[in-house]
Amino acid sequence: MEIDWKAYQTNGFFDELIDAKGNVRTHGKQLAQFFSNLSAEELTKARSVADLAIKEMGISFTVYNEGNMIDRAWPFDIIPRTIGKKEWQGVEVGLKQRVEALNLFIDDLYHDQKIIKDGVFPKGLLEKSVNFRQQCVGINPPNKIWAHICGSDLVRDGNGTMYVLEDNLRVPSGVSYMLENRSVMKRVFPELFEQASILPVDDYPSQLFDMLAAMSPRPQDKPEVVVLTPGVFNSAYFEHCYLAQEMGCELVEGRDLVVEKDDCVYMRTITGLQRVDVIYRRIDDLFLDPEVFLPDSQLGVPGLMRAWSKGNVALVNAPGAGVADDKVVYAYVPEIIKYYLGEDAKIANVPTYKCLDPVECDHVIKNIDKLVVKPANESGGYGLLIGPKSTKKEQQATIAQIKADPRNWVAQPTLDLSTVPTLESDGITPDGRHADLRPFILSSGKDTQITTGGLTRVAMVKGSLVVNSSQGGGSKDTWIVDEEAK
Amino acid sequence: MLSRVGETLYWVSRYIERAENVARLINVNNMLMMDLPKGVSTGWEPLIDIIGARTAYQETHTDFSEPKALRYLLVGKDNYSSILNSIISARENARTIRDVIPRDVWEEINTLYYYVKDNQSEGLSKRGRFAYLKKIIGAAHQIFGALDATINHDVGYTFIRLGLMIERADMTSRILDIRSETLIVSEEAKPFENIQWISLLRSLSAYQMYRQEMGVRVQRPDVIKFVLHSQVFPRSIMYCLQEVKALVGPLPNSTEIMVSIDKAIDELKADDVGVLKKGYLHDYMDQIQIKLASIHNDLAELYFLKPPEQSTL
Repeated sequence: MEIDWKAYQTNGFFDELIDAKGNVRTHGKQLAQFFSNLSAEELTKARSVADLAIKEMGISFTVYNEGNMIDRAWPFDIIPRTIGKKEWQGVEVGLKQRVEALNLFIDDLYHDQKIIKDGVFPKGLLEKSVNFRQQCVGINPPNKIWAHICGSDLVRDGNGTMYVLEDNLRVPSGVSYMLENRSVMKRVFPELFEQASILPVDDYPSQLFDMLAAMSPRPQDKPEVVVLTPGVFNSAYFEHCYLAQEMGCELVEGRDLVVEKDDCVYMRTITGLQRVDVIYRRIDDLFLDPEVFLPDSQLGVPGLMRAWSKGNVALVNAPGAGVADDKVVYAYVPEIIKYYLGEDAKIANVPTYKCLDPVECDHVIKNIDKLVVKPANESGGYGLLIGPKSTKKEQQATIAQIKADPRNWVAQPTLDLSTVPTLESDGITPDGRHADLRPFILSSGKDTQITTGGLTRVAMVKGSLVVNSSQGGGSKDTWIVDEEAK
Repeated sequence: MLSRVGETLYWVSRYIERAENVARLINVNNMLMMDLPKGVSTGWEPLIDIIGARTAYQETHTDFSEPKALRYLLVGKDNYSSILNSIISARENARTIRDVIPRDVWEEINTLYYYVKDNQSEGLSKRGRFAYLKKIIGAAHQIFGALDATINHDVGYTFIRLGLMIERADMTSRILDIRSETLIVSEEAKPFENIQWISLLRSLSAYQMYRQEMGVRVQRPDVIKFVLHSQVFPRSIMYCLQEVKALVGPLPNSTEIMVSIDKAIDELKADDVGVLKKGYLHDYMDQIQIKLASIHNDLAELYFLKPPEQSTL
């Protein structure tokens, strides 16, 4: 029994592969053709080869569950998600615009705060922001870049329009899975890559390294770039290792580093201390430096902020960049783009109600069963309430939280997220599952690079809208397909 | 090379070497038991001694019967040196330095871990045991081979080799110690003395090489000399010590530690080990183990990451 795409139901959603009339979209033709030629046995075998590859390559992520740490294999679906190259080029332009504006915004907040003085951004919001770092005021990171690496989540609604759902500016993760998904696919279906015109994704680690090296305070041939990880117990540890390995730089923990009397950062090596120029840190701001932030942090390095503020080391992303990674700030991004660049946002925001505004707050509380309600500063889907899928009790609990701290809450209409064909548990029948897309944007101040596609995360449960890996989501290889290539 | 990374590489290779040695020990003991008549057999007790776990074992076990001892050696959760625990430790250590280890090697270690864990029942069964252990030994060789062929032979590789050599020398001394101590020399076992010495050599994969190198029949003084003094057999204590010396020499600030390594080698050379009798051999092996431990401590003191409170920076 082969896959019959005619029998595939889009159920009124926008499907990434099959249009409303049941026809395969142009960019998915080769893919659909290839899969419909596979027998049930071939499909089953492909899936087990993929599972084995993931297990042997040790692609895993860690979830915390009742105090236990579980190392889980990464859930992966073998049908790729495709996007046409033309559409993608438009998305790239929009993302560049967005990140450029966000960097200008962050730099402004830590200097003159013109956007507040000009009445575009409310002062009260900044005062209550948990990610604004007083310690960063007046600091000038190289090229005025704060958010060197941004992971923006893109979704489509029922009409297929692409929106930005959120921007992750603190320590966005997932890019290693994007790269590994591709290498798993190459192991499973090598012949597919010979036939179809799929743009490669492998450039990312070298682009990342170039960007990091460009931030070095000491211009030289080979700056010492390190990746700072909280350690093996962190949920993204796999990725920290992966990126350090791909870039050929040291993966360090806080205890490997020391700030000496000259306010420079060194790492402890077999041969003694060695100067560090750039730290790609995968530790949250508050754990970075016990002298400045949480005093009992074991993960950070005492004196790190001192070294950074003197310009002796570059921190990527810069401390304090998270001020723009906040679901309330998000609601202002269209205004932010307009203010700094004088342009309209090229990729729209999802319409967002700010509970800070009493009228909008009232609307949110009255319509909570129809909305997705989000706390401003949680990530990974924690604290999220999906109105239509929640119980009255859950709704009441969230309403109480909103009333206690309205500034911390925003709400959005439930989007009919687009679907992608995903194999059901029988391993041979494709069925639509909701998905999003997280591309990564690298900014050095001189140029901006965007991943080819990004990480497609997919809710493995039918009808579910939650795609986070910590909440049972999986992922797919993402193809940007050149429709015009011969 | 980060101090922490050097230390971790050292331990990854020690744990893999340990797992391999225990696997080989079990395999050979298994074979020996088939050859020895009932009543002459030494059973599984000596193996528990070799890994230095007698006290811990007896706290939770009442006897040294095959199923109990084997489970303890292969997969015992409470046995720090069980094959499974060694592989888990190797993998956990490797996981913290995945960026340094060649990807293929990491996959080998990971695959070995799943094999050891998922096929325990094979290892515990009489029929499946040989294949199970052989696979573990083969995987360890493959890991060291892949490391040799694919990692930069820089200071990181030096620590991999150091961990391997020190663990190997330590295991060789333990095997020689316990195996010769428990050798049964009663009248009725006399015909079997020879096969027990052969079994000792086999535990070290040394039988064939002994034959090639010594050219004499298997007998106590020559076996001891070969295992301690051979300049060419890669598991002899002398070979391992000389390798350690060659590795430590180029490391920074190694003058002092080189003095103690030289001393250990000179002392070993000077001793006429062939004449060591029962009891004395045991003390002699103790001394060797103490010297190895002291080389380890010197390395740790000089090159490994110290806990924060002891940090001298």
